[in-house]
Amino acid sequence: MTPPTVSPAGLRLENIEKRYGSLYALRRVSLLVAPGDCVVLAGRNGSGKTTLLRIAARLVRPTSGSVSFFSSERDSDTENVKPGYVAHAAMAYDELTAEENLRLFARLQSTRQLETRVDTLLSEVGLGERRTSLVRTFSRGMRQRVAIACALLKEPGVLLLDEPATGLDPQGVAWLATTLRQLRDSGCTIIMSLHGESEISSLGTRAVRLEAGSLIADTRTGATFRTILTFADA
Amino acid sequence: MSLLPNTSVLLGKELRTEFRSRELLTTTIIFILIVIVLFSFTFDPTSDESRHFGSGLLWLAFLFAASLMLQPCFLREQHNDTLSALRLSVSDPFAIFLAKLVANTLFLLITELLLLPIFSAMYNVPVLPVLHWLALVFFLGSLGISIVGTALSAISAQARMRELLLPLLMLPLLTPILVASTEVTKSLLERAPYVPWKGVGIVAVFDLVFLTVLWLFGEYLLEE
Repeated sequence: MTPPTVSPAGLRLENIEKRYGSLYALRRVSLLVAPGDCVVLAGRNGSGKTTLLRIAARLVRPTSGSVSFFSSERDSDTENVKPGYVAHAAMAYDELTAEENLRLFARLQSTRQLETRVDTLLSEVGLGERRTSLVRTFSRGMRQRVAIACALLKEPGVLLLDEPATGLDPQGVAWLATTLRQLRDSGCTIIMSLHGESEISSLGTRAVRLEAGSLIADTRTGATFRTILTFADA
Repeated sequence: MSLLPNTSVLLGKELRTEFRSRELLTTTIIFILIVIVLFSFTFDPTSDESRHFGSGLLWLAFLFAASLMLQPCFLREQHNDTLSALRLSVSDPFAIFLAKLVANTLFLLITELLLLPIFSAMYNVPVLPVLHWLALVFFLGSLGISIVGTALSAISAQARMRELLLPLLMLPLLTPILVASTEVTKSLLERAPYVPWKGVGIVAVFDLVFLTVLWLFGEYLLEE
């Protein structure tokens, strides 16, 4: 994949709390992610990973607490940072082709050199030959590739991925790992939720573990890093 | 100002997906056709009777067809979480509403104008002399139904009893515009047709008020 020209940005989550009625999805979670970091979010099902990522993407409003992005050049909050986001679902229209989906989101995001960018991304995610096929004819893995291509359209400074390897075959996982490595090396800040150790988790420079909505571990070191990913102490 | 460019891109998407699947148009056209044909058997559609009942019958059919059409409006954005993708891409969330309500109005108008000749033939009511006025009231009425319906569709899509919630919320809110549109249509179908400007004004003001409310508070309706 062509190394993107990203403007690295960091993420600051302060005392994030999210309640659905009496149920706490997140309890006073604070996290400061430096520009260029690659953070792996680990935790069991229902621990709050998806909610945290959606709050970071500003798709969900926290009950209390604040979310802000800051640029690497100056440590000031910036509203201009629009993170790339890959959700569980494909985030693409079944009734449109892969190419039409990418064009649609590229137009909405006012992507520069739209046609070139769409062509490049379609080739890079391995959908060059299926570009005119409707997304509804795609497998789970191919849909995931469309979602990743859409998230990368505007070369985001921050990329949020919710279990990005779901549905990908071993070749797909290898491709995703290579893509994320290139993005990380080019300065893009990556925050991704994962289950267990994999080729993708090895890209992480930091591991954070959530349990029942609380942040219970945060490390950069080898042994503890592995423990967090595999829930070895759980 | 990215509202209009974003709206036109999204409108293109709405039209393309609908004309590719034809889900909404087919359902609504068949539904209105059934209503019009069924009612023609319940009474002898002489010209005078039709002038009396016709406008109410038409707007009742349009209302139920609209609730069928508006239900999946935001529901299908949830299937692949495309609403999140849209929210992350547009700079003004009102563009999402604007594109959807323009598309819904257009689909409703297409349905109404396709079925008007059938209504005219089956109920012995000549509509050609007042076609332009009917088109105006159909446009204003459909726009109002679409504005309210699109907003409520965004709310109901996230609720548990969504199929029940939309008509339950929509019908009371639409009462003023339905009464006014029916009155205007009735006057236009009279032997000596005339345009009741007060009724037209009520429908236009209704549209303007609800469009402003949607513009001001639409963003909150999209939040999870």
